[in-house]
Amino acid sequence: MRWRAYGEHAALLDCASLAESMAAHATVTSARPPGIAELVPGARSLLVVEIPGSAALAAVRELLADADLEHPPEGRSREITLDVTYDGEDLELVARDAGVSVEDVVRLHTGAVYTVAFTGFAPGFGYLTGLPEPLRQPRLSAPRTRVPPGSVGIAGEFTGVYPRVSPGGWRLIGHTRTVLFDPRADPPALLAPGDRVRFRSAG
Amino acid sequence: MRALEVVETGPLALVQDLGRPGFAHLGVPPSGALDVPALQLANRLVGNDEAAAGVECLFGGLRLRATTSCTIAVTGPAVAVEVDGRPVGSHAPVWLAAGQVLAIGAPDSGLRCYLAVSGGITVDAELGSRSRDVLSEIGPAPLKAGDVLPLGTPSIPGGADVVPPTVAPAELVVPIDPGPRAHWFENPASGLAKTWTVTAESNRVGLRLDGHALTRAAEYAERELPSEGLLTGAVQVPPNGLPVVFLADHPTTGGYPVAAVVRQASLPALAQARPGTLLRFHSSTRVWNR
Repeated sequence: MRWRAYGEHAALLDCASLAESMAAHATVTSARPPGIAELVPGARSLLVVEIPGSAALAAVRELLADADLEHPPEGRSREITLDVTYDGEDLELVARDAGVSVEDVVRLHTGAVYTVAFTGFAPGFGYLTGLPEPLRQPRLSAPRTRVPPGSVGIAGEFTGVYPRVSPGGWRLIGHTRTVLFDPRADPPALLAPGDRVRFRSAG
Repeated sequence: MRALEVVETGPLALVQDLGRPGFAHLGVPPSGALDVPALQLANRLVGNDEAAAGVECLFGGLRLRATTSCTIAVTGPAVAVEVDGRPVGSHAPVWLAAGQVLAIGAPDSGLRCYLAVSGGITVDAELGSRSRDVLSEIGPAPLKAGDVLPLGTPSIPGGADVVPPTVAPAELVVPIDPGPRAHWFENPASGLAKTWTVTAESNRVGLRLDGHALTRAAEYAERELPSEGLLTGAVQVPPNGLPVVFLADHPTTGGYPVAAVVRQASLPALAQARPGTLLRFHSSTRVWNR
């Protein structure tokens, strides 16, 4: 773990692993010292932005210096279940590369409990960690120019759902009808960092 | 209903207020007026709260008809403003009678002018803001002819009557601090201190620069960066070595190293930097490679 300067009012915590950045995020979220303007977890990092003059950065540094990141606080542990129709265009490719049947891909994907590690790429796009080993596969060599909203994909150590139409290179295994992001809803994003997610086969 | 009717928009006219900070962890950019002091000034001139929504008008061409009497002000760089064809000037409150047409010309320097209207524009807010985010497509759609913009209840103007407009210089010196991945580059401070040109690919997401490409330190030449949080003002350098300075509609995370961060006070000047503007980054700190 190492702090790196990020302009006048922010600092980035460089983490050794995804688990460490998630633990750091859970620790800060749980204590929530006053004066934090933005708290943005990444794949190996945590960005902390303070309200100028608040000294929140110093408070977060102190908090994390003493924290036991092997045993981070549990937090709210909200759990969300998403119904998925496993009919993605890359389903057979994923099965072939994993050396299993299509049914096994569905069984593996629905059998795990995932955690929202961080969000990015687009509003409400959560990077979910906890993907079973055989499903950890590379992105497509040529990204699609148009991925339909609700598409469920996998890439590397992550699985996720495209909240809306966008280009994208994740391997698509299915789709959900659940709305992932609505700027007029409260909360606007269904998935926030720290949330637990399960997928259920909707046939 | 108090309203303004859009007659013509010019290249791009967007409703903007001070944006929606605080949602980066959900992937939502801060957005908001790129030249914040200009919008705040326009609002003060018409008696609004500084945070009221106005119109960010890219390179003029905006024409609006008032459906009711109202007070308007246009700020940013100096620009021709007309009411029913009669010049009235920018940077001053102007009273419009119902039916009159306001026209904003192209600014003499810079890019973006700001129109405030007494009562503010009261289109529906999303995540607490009426700003249009061009990257995430959150907030009111870009203005188009025929749109009717509802206005709030006006209050009494209390600001100065006339203020001098800013002039956007043809060459900018931009103060920077080291970014979290400065150590990925060979001599980042001196590399960034060379002269860059603002390209036409620039928009509200970021300023794209052309110039003498930065080189990665040998140790980081082939390194991939896992996605990490981004800030407005971050100077991100993709593999081609040409920096992108992120503005208000930037993505909230990104996978290329951030070499430096622009001082927040320079953001309004960057908002007005036309393609072709020359730019140099200046670092006041000696501590770069860590």
